[in-house]
Amino acid sequence: MKHITRRQALSIGGCAVAAAAIGIQPAYAANNQQELIDKFTGGKSATEGRVALDLPQIAENGNTVPLSVSVESPMTKDDYVKRVLVVADANPRADVATFNFTPSSGVAEASTRMRLSKTQNVTAIAEMSNGSFYMVKRLVKVTIGGCGG
Amino acid sequence: MASKKPRVKAPKTAKKGEVIEIKTLISHKMETGQRKNKKTGKIIPQQIINKFVAKFNGQTVFSMDIMPAVSANPYIKFNMRADKSGEFEFTWVDDNGSTYSSKSKLAVN
Repeated sequence: MKHITRRQALSIGGCAVAAAAIGIQPAYAANNQQELIDKFTGGKSATEGRVALDLPQIAENGNTVPLSVSVESPMTKDDYVKRVLVVADANPRADVATFNFTPSSGVAEASTRMRLSKTQNVTAIAEMSNGSFYMVKRLVKVTIGGCGG
Repeated sequence: MASKKPRVKAPKTAKKGEVIEIKTLISHKMETGQRKNKKTGKIIPQQIINKFVAKFNGQTVFSMDIMPAVSANPYIKFNMRADKSGEFEFTWVDDNGSTYSSKSKLAVN
């Protein structure tokens, strides 16, 4: 006889709700990460390096995952970081946030907290004042998804 | 209705050229637009803080474009190089059109 524990039953129910919520909005059904990155870089390719993403390896609660991004730059008027885009490749919507820096930022560093629906890659892409792009990608394992379903 | 009073932790004084750290937090549920009302089955419309701007003496120092993937009660930490004394103005923009703001003075010596 099939035996389903209470825990399994709950998890099946939870996933169904999440799937239904995503299904309603077909525009976001396929994650738009690549589209967003292309729009941000204008089709240019980003070099790996100079950008650091500080994220937990394992996030117990996907509703609040601490995120810090920093970019190596002297942050002078002639050489600074303009913007940093943060995207997540398995959220219903890929875009998380864009940080806009100025030379008076002093350092190109910012922190916030984000939602991750499940285990996925988080990517940060930085646009420098000279028009070049740098990126970094990090995998975050999520124990409890922050889909809020 | 939860209050949307922002909280800001910024230093009051700094040495010239020092890079200072500013931390902000605002109470906001950051409704993603992905959740459903369990009773009616209808999608709860998105309502988030979509933009944060930090100005110093009227000039933008740092800003952030915020998407629904930012957690409830958005926390933002950033930096500024203290070159002269002046006043910060922090602004949060809500999807419903409201803005919330907070000011803080900085003395540079």
